[in-house]
Amino acid sequence: MDASTLGMWTFLITEVLFFGGMFAAYAVYRNMYPQAFASTSVYMNVILGGTNTAVLICSSLTMALSVRAAQLSNRRHLMLFLVLTMIFGATFLVIKGFEYHDKWVEHLVPGFNFRYDEFPKYAHNAQILFFLYFCMTGMHALHMIVGLGLLSYLLVQAGRRMYSANYFAPVEMIGLYWHFVDVVWIFLFPLLYLIGHRR
Amino acid sequence: MATLVANPPPTAPEEPVNYLNVEHTWKSWLFTTDHKRIAVLYILSITFMFFFGGAAAVAFRINLLTPQGIFAAETYNRLFSMHGIIMVFFFLVPSIPATLANFLIPIMVGAKDLAFPRVNLLSWYLYIIGAILAMYSVLRGGVDTGWTFYPPYSSTFSNSYVLSAAFGVFVAGFSSILTGLNFIVTVHKMRAPGMTWSRLPLFVWSNYATGLIQVLGTPVLAITLLLLAFERIAHIGIFDPAIGGDPILFQHLFWFYSHPAVYIMILPGMGVISEIIACFSRKRVFGYNFVAFSSMAIAVLSFVVWGHHMFVTGESVYATLAFSFLSFMVAVPSAIKVFNWTATMYKGSVSFDTPMLYAFGFIGLFTIGGLTGLYLAALGTDVATHGTYFIVAHFHYVMVGGMVMAFLGGMHYWWPKITGRMYSEAWSKFAALIVFIGFNLTFFPQFILGYLGMPRRYHAYPPEFQTLNVLSTAGASILGIGYIIPMIYLIYSLKYGAKAGPNPWGASGLEWQIPSPPTTFNFDVTPTVVEEAYNYGPVEEVIG
Amino acid sequence: MTHVHIPPVRTLVFVWLALICFTGLTSAVSYLELGWGNIVVALLIAVTKASLVAWIFMGVRYVTTLTKLFVVAGLVWLAIMILLTASDYNTRNWDYRPAPWSSAKSVGGSH
Repeated sequence: MDASTLGMWTFLITEVLFFGGMFAAYAVYRNMYPQAFASTSVYMNVILGGTNTAVLICSSLTMALSVRAAQLSNRRHLMLFLVLTMIFGATFLVIKGFEYHDKWVEHLVPGFNFRYDEFPKYAHNAQILFFLYFCMTGMHALHMIVGLGLLSYLLVQAGRRMYSANYFAPVEMIGLYWHFVDVVWIFLFPLLYLIGHRR
Repeated sequence: MATLVANPPPTAPEEPVNYLNVEHTWKSWLFTTDHKRIAVLYILSITFMFFFGGAAAVAFRINLLTPQGIFAAETYNRLFSMHGIIMVFFFLVPSIPATLANFLIPIMVGAKDLAFPRVNLLSWYLYIIGAILAMYSVLRGGVDTGWTFYPPYSSTFSNSYVLSAAFGVFVAGFSSILTGLNFIVTVHKMRAPGMTWSRLPLFVWSNYATGLIQVLGTPVLAITLLLLAFERIAHIGIFDPAIGGDPILFQHLFWFYSHPAVYIMILPGMGVISEIIACFSRKRVFGYNFVAFSSMAIAVLSFVVWGHHMFVTGESVYATLAFSFLSFMVAVPSAIKVFNWTATMYKGSVSFDTPMLYAFGFIGLFTIGGLTGLYLAALGTDVATHGTYFIVAHFHYVMVGGMVMAFLGGMHYWWPKITGRMYSEAWSKFAALIVFIGFNLTFFPQFILGYLGMPRRYHAYPPEFQTLNVLSTAGASILGIGYIIPMIYLIYSLKYGAKAGPNPWGASGLEWQIPSPPTTFNFDVTPTVVEEAYNYGPVEEVIG
Repeated sequence: MTHVHIPPVRTLVFVWLALICFTGLTSAVSYLELGWGNIVVALLIAVTKASLVAWIFMGVRYVTTLTKLFVVAGLVWLAIMILLTASDYNTRNWDYRPAPWSSAKSVGGSH
């Protein structure tokens, strides 16, 4: 158990550095082009982004509750909270899908159909932000999808009565992963959505 | 001595059961979770990749026999790029950790296996997938960006198979991360009773430090290659000057991993040398604490020096100052190790078995490589020699003169343990000599070439450099022979070599207390360690 | 086997509530014009939220000192990467540039 915890945290450190590369790029370019970056916030849907943040926070709560249920050998609650976590996770992805669709329609996808008619002088540098937006949220979404896969594995195993107070390590470890993905979004939300001002 | 019940020999006069003969099916090998079998799988794969990368080197060294060369520039670029990619990512980075350390770390700490055996197997499969992707790139014509993949060439202008090569490296990176993760957790959580940190063999310390670097650095390479791939696919990206991006940022992120990577490549070798020097000087390693902490210091300091690869590419002067100073600092722990090894030999009872010959080679050649590294850490001299053969010679001295020698030394030292056979001492000594001569003939002229100004990665050169290039190619052919000879006698020894006992060298350490080859679970009873490492006093050689 | 710490539901819900409030707060503050204060406040709130998730939801509160050290190390290494890279960009325009002979102003400054 100790070994698994240390192992999972070591893995999470690698994820910190993995996302960290993109955060480093973000930091460098935001510093270089502050106005261009600020101009992009007009196009960011804070309602959807904020809702998604709340959705993930709820999913973290249900994940923590599912770990707790496993620790208490409460199989019914464990499965209930796992399902709720997955629903929240899926909701997040659906909302993200809508956001991506909006970006496509508004011609904000660099390399494919980018147009920046409102602020032409920032047209070039803003593409950096949008590129980072898609990379960072895309990587995050990929991690969410993997997380959903892991959660469904937990659900199946929980259905087979594999977890109890004597053995709940996988639930706890996957919980750590899920919370980590939430933490990444906690930083992505203000850094991508709340840079500048909206009308 | 560690209390241990040895495997009682079977009554029938046949070979005792060990990890090699316990099962013969291909499934038992491809689905094994035994760290020793996985190490053997790695040995086979890594050797294959080594000769593949070596073949590329043979090709371009032949090209360099004449000033105008025989290949087109494009072809030459693909040859040296593939040589670099294969040698760095598919040979050097995994080499000792995935083979020797995989085999030995559980035994050295007194455990039955690594902390996560299935993750270990996954690690090997990821390596194979990465290698297949890289091979695919080669078969389709290769990549010509250099192993460093710098944009905008790699993202925009190169017509070669950048994506498949980059993805191959990306996947192999995860193999490396998982290996490091496994070692870290194993050393923390699975040491036998009495095996305190200060009783660990220095080989374990080195590989632990290597694991830390693998875990902290490799993810940044992963994301950097991914960003490069996205840029190549989307034809726009954050390194693209057309939208205000900075190609230097790629270099920052790339070297944030790739400099620590060179320490991933050398630290395990240093660990091997500590073991070999102690055994063949019949003396405990001088300054154990210093050597152990040097490994940790190297792991930490390696992360703050990456800018020395970018002194002339556009960093600010002040950043170069900082990185230059820090680069001088990182040399100190390595030097401490070299001093401690020589002090270990002083007044020891030195014997000249093959592993020790390789260790001697390591100390001399690594020192030269390291000193020339300091030359390059100094801004003034780096400006003159950046991008020349001086750099090529420097890193080959540390990587090949250092790491590959350590790898060969380690393979020879632990060959009896891994295979249960002894190799021919005469042939191995001969091969070591050939390797040493070939190596120096290949790479010493390159120091001179670089100092005189011959640029690296060029398919042609001015005629006045020809003599030195011919010497270098001659050396390369000798070196190649030196690498092929061990293949022959080592494979020969598998069938015809003398059977080895548990401790043919009379060495100290838990791995020498168990049979050669070991059983699947290493120990019948978990050992209790009561002694310090390197308990060399008068040791009777255990025979049989 | 370490002693298992089972958090009370109340604690978990309280953390959840705090996280939701902080999310609202950071969104609201983003509408204020604070100059560079905006990013500072946003990051402070984000760090607070992340710390709550790590400390309570992820159980860092109860893990061994070694594991805590690993968590800190990851963050330190991230800081090294960002800060040392930024040090290059932030010092690029420190060089003295002599004024061009045709104009009175000196060249330089970020664009």
